[in-house]
Amino acid sequence: MDFGLSDDQKLLEETLRSFLADRVPITRIRDLRSAACPNDRAIWRELAELGATGVLIPEQHGGSALSLLDAAIVSQALGHAVTPTPFLASAVMVPIALAGLGDAKVGSWLAGIATGASAFGVATTELFSLREGAGIRFAGGKLTGKAMMAIDAVSADFVLIPLADERLAVVRGDAPGLTRTRLATVDATRCTAELVLAGVAPEAVFDDRGPALARMLDAGRIALAADALGAAESMIAQAVAYSLQRRQFDRQIGSFQAVKHMCAEMIAELEPTRSLIWYAAHSFDAMPDETPLMACHALAHVSEIGRDIASVATQVHGGIGWTDEQNLHFWFKRIAVDRHLLGGPELLRERAARLQGLALAS
Amino acid sequence: MDLEYGERYETFRKEVRQFLDRHKPKKNTSASTPEGRVALVEWLTLQIEHGYWGRTIPQAYGGFGAPPDLLETVIMDEEFNRVGTTRGIPAQGPSMLVPTLLEHGSEEQKKRWIGPTLRGEVFWCQGYSEPGAGSDLASLQTAAREEGDDIVINGQKIWTSTADRSEMMFLLVRTEPDAKKHEGISYVLVPMDTPGLEVQSLRTMTGDIGENSFNQVFFTDARVPKRNVVGRRGEGWKIANTTLKHERNSLNSNGEATLLKLIRLMQNETMNGVASIANPVYRDRLMRLQARVLSMKHHSMRMLTATLKDEASGVAGLVTKLQNCQLNFDMAALAIDVMGELGVLYDHTRYERDKGWWQAHSMFSLGLIIGGGTAQIQKNIISERGLGMPREPKPARS
Repeated sequence: MDFGLSDDQKLLEETLRSFLADRVPITRIRDLRSAACPNDRAIWRELAELGATGVLIPEQHGGSALSLLDAAIVSQALGHAVTPTPFLASAVMVPIALAGLGDAKVGSWLAGIATGASAFGVATTELFSLREGAGIRFAGGKLTGKAMMAIDAVSADFVLIPLADERLAVVRGDAPGLTRTRLATVDATRCTAELVLAGVAPEAVFDDRGPALARMLDAGRIALAADALGAAESMIAQAVAYSLQRRQFDRQIGSFQAVKHMCAEMIAELEPTRSLIWYAAHSFDAMPDETPLMACHALAHVSEIGRDIASVATQVHGGIGWTDEQNLHFWFKRIAVDRHLLGGPELLRERAARLQGLALAS
Repeated sequence: MDLEYGERYETFRKEVRQFLDRHKPKKNTSASTPEGRVALVEWLTLQIEHGYWGRTIPQAYGGFGAPPDLLETVIMDEEFNRVGTTRGIPAQGPSMLVPTLLEHGSEEQKKRWIGPTLRGEVFWCQGYSEPGAGSDLASLQTAAREEGDDIVINGQKIWTSTADRSEMMFLLVRTEPDAKKHEGISYVLVPMDTPGLEVQSLRTMTGDIGENSFNQVFFTDARVPKRNVVGRRGEGWKIANTTLKHERNSLNSNGEATLLKLIRLMQNETMNGVASIANPVYRDRLMRLQARVLSMKHHSMRMLTATLKDEASGVAGLVTKLQNCQLNFDMAALAIDVMGELGVLYDHTRYERDKGWWQAHSMFSLGLIIGGGTAQIQKNIISERGLGMPREPKPARS
């Protein structure tokens, strides 16, 4: 019985945290706000040099073929540092959606992700939410239609697009007929896009990818949960540190029980959620039957406690926490976007109930 | 991450199962009747003989004498729970007094008390809280003075669970009135039939439902021999903290079983011909609770691992009591809400669901949020010991 991170996993976490603190400080992230897409390729390549982009990629394509728990550790570190990267789409969702395909193109795509030479976006919103007339049809060898809030897609070299009948397409980012428009969110560290496809010829279309797409969503949700966990963890640490430094009424504000109890409540919610997310990630490789339910609960639960933590940690800072200059809002907004990128908590809980036969299929 | 127990432990699990198949009592072993008490002592004695209770207590003190092994303990609890029976007795004697005596007791005290306590021959209650000493326990005022070979006790204790059905009490008294607050307290073992000791039951908000008794205990020149003091005089605070540590460890909860009961209720409970599980608002609340139950379940596995590896669990180890008690209260709240206007029935009224257990459980859970260190005291502990935040400064004396 050993529930927790291995020494290698702890080392991975520490290595990433110190790398990100050193190479991607908040000042750099502030500068990226003016970029067309904040997913800076230099950061991506440096992450690749650390082996972080290839954790889920087979060794034959230059990856390290580790577990989803390892990917979740990377994701948590990225959330902790609010790093802009296409990690979620490229390093988690794409390798799982394409897993087991022997196609030579697939091999070169995965190799490109592992070296940091290329980045992917995913147009997966329509798997769980149809709005604004979105939907993509495949007919006569061409893709037509619209996808909303495609993750990491603005500057990606390739975009993965699920189709009807368990099929899956990959298109080039610069394919003729594809228009990508960034849909700016509250979160300046994220890069979501509207895709309009007017007869786009795909690079490839794969059949029978239903189970792989389901696994891809589960893995994406667990990685996203880990991102929110890391961001929430950082917000608590920032709130505690600020409360020890800020003085009012001739005391550190962290000596007031009102403030201490806010911090205690935040950490009391966070720590069991960390255990839940670790377990969900571990289940992906060790107990896959449990994963669909655990992925729903992990993301839904961290979304709920994360929103409270984001609010309370900001309140501990008082007025300065509400300013742009203090930077705390980067974390607040990261958590806000994590909550909805792969399905909000109400939607996930309804799916959790369905998975257990507690609700009728709709 | 490796959630397997391993072959040696699975063999051990089989042995426990075989023992339970063969020996699980068919008789009533509830201590509320004299026959039940006899059956309980027999059952506990059998458990000790086979090493499933008092497992790590030395044989010289009435235990089985195996080396400590946390996973064995977990497996024994899992298997006893699985067949719907309790391992040992979930009482304050075995869970709090026995570990304290092992650490601080004299040889004579260990030999005299540990065996009978494990076998259920002696039940204990805890005499700590007073009307004026709750969260601030160290300000307790119940006093003991020395007279010859005895100490003579005067004062009052409160919130004393099971005092009316216990043979003994472990008691904190002030023996050094002039010493500093934390240094004048002693830890004493007191027979409940001592002249001058009077128990008055204290009716709680749960009324007569359930087996939990709550009491006040009054001491008027109650005399016990000095040899009943555990450790040295004036060291009672330190010794009590050992006991409180054991209390915190023992406050785990079986959230999964309660959740299952709640799901069954929601599948069976109908309003306007529709089961409450089919109501999306109730169902959403249920799923929120399930996420919390799963969090606490896996959190306990993480904490177990920390203990097994002898690693500090840090702030993560301090949040369990706070979270579990509130979770139990919230599960009862949903159960009551889905029963709607019938959810408030009580006192063995017709149409009660689950024999009124949910209302009782709701109120009992509220008691646990307060008892064993209130939620606010827990938050002080979490923020101070877990997050390194400063203590509230003492007010200047005027």
